Amino acid sequence: MTRVVENFTTQVPVWSPYIRPVELASATPEQLAAMQVTPSNKGVSPYVLTLAHDPESLAVRSPLFNQIMYGKDGLSSAERELGAVGASVVNRCIYCAAVHASRFNNLSKRPDVIDEIFDRERQAKLEPRDQAIFDFSAQLSETPPAIPEAAAANLANAGLNTLEAVDLVLSSALFGWANRLMHTLGEPTEREPSQR
Amino acid sequence: MTLIEEIVDARPGSNLAEALSHRAEILRLSQSTHDAVLFPRSPGAISHGLRAALAARMARQYEVPKLAEHYEVLIQQSREIDEQHDAATDAQTAAIVAHSDLLTLRPRDATRADIEKLQASGMGEPDIVRLAELAAFVSYQARVIKGLQALKGAK
Repeated sequence: MTRVVENFTTQVPVWSPYIRPVELASATPEQLAAMQVTPSNKGVSPYVLTLAHDPESLAVRSPLFNQIMYGKDGLSSAERELGAVGASVVNRCIYCAAVHASRFNNLSKRPDVIDEIFDRERQAKLEPRDQAIFDFSAQLSETPPAIPEAAAANLANAGLNTLEAVDLVLSSALFGWANRLMHTLGEPTEREPSQR
Repeated sequence: MTLIEEIVDARPGSNLAEALSHRAEILRLSQSTHDAVLFPRSPGAISHGLRAALAARMARQYEVPKLAEHYEVLIQQSREIDEQHDAATDAQTAAIVAHSDLLTLRPRDATRADIEKLQASGMGEPDIVRLAELAAFVSYQARVIKGLQALKGAK
């Protein structure tokens, strides 16, 4: 019996859908195109196979995701990942948090930041720039968004220029989207020893 | 101009307007996702009109009045188109609205049981994913607007 992962972790779990994903063998041409399946790329995750039930949305979301998370200049890649983690903590998307916390750690080589966030969540005490980024992304992720009057000044005082702040808005908001898919259409389960 | 830019209404020449000019492709793709989620070629059980109505409700829940107004206009515009599509039953509509509220207000509380409720109302996998994408997209759009509005006053 596979066990559901209940706590934040940087060990990326397996994502197990609640609904039956599309089967690759019977996928329509539109679904294959939305999943970006090509003769040289046939590895498709259960998550993408699940989203392929709505190929019109999937096809347009993928390029948007890549631009927001991997676009050039502006906010650093690690800090975009921190924005993703802030949203994922508020929405308690264990899987999203694991993936993007791992990426933050690989990019920044500062695992203490994620350790503190996973330990104390919204009460985490961080270096000023990390704190400003994490707090803003968490505030924006509440419903309705709870952005204080001084939010823009806080980001500026922490050293973010306007383009970096825009990128933080985008990466945090994008994860409100990703969390609402990943956390509601399936659950994170422990990896079997053979899958490690 | 894209919908997000129209609502944010950054002052020409401001730092925010300048920063947004560097993110024109993202704003354009955001508009494409709006169109794909609100006016899909295959809407399934969630008609264009129901999508607009759910999006208006979500925009109010996110407290973005101008976004709610935009979706209220779409509700009016969608009436003719929807006659061609299979509409959801009343029981399905009730299940859709309840799930839409969960995805908008308390996504962290969502469990397998919530998906089972949609299935019990007769919704298949494609409609379940369509509903999640709609709620997830409006969450993104409302937060981009709120976040950028917060930056409007920034030096």
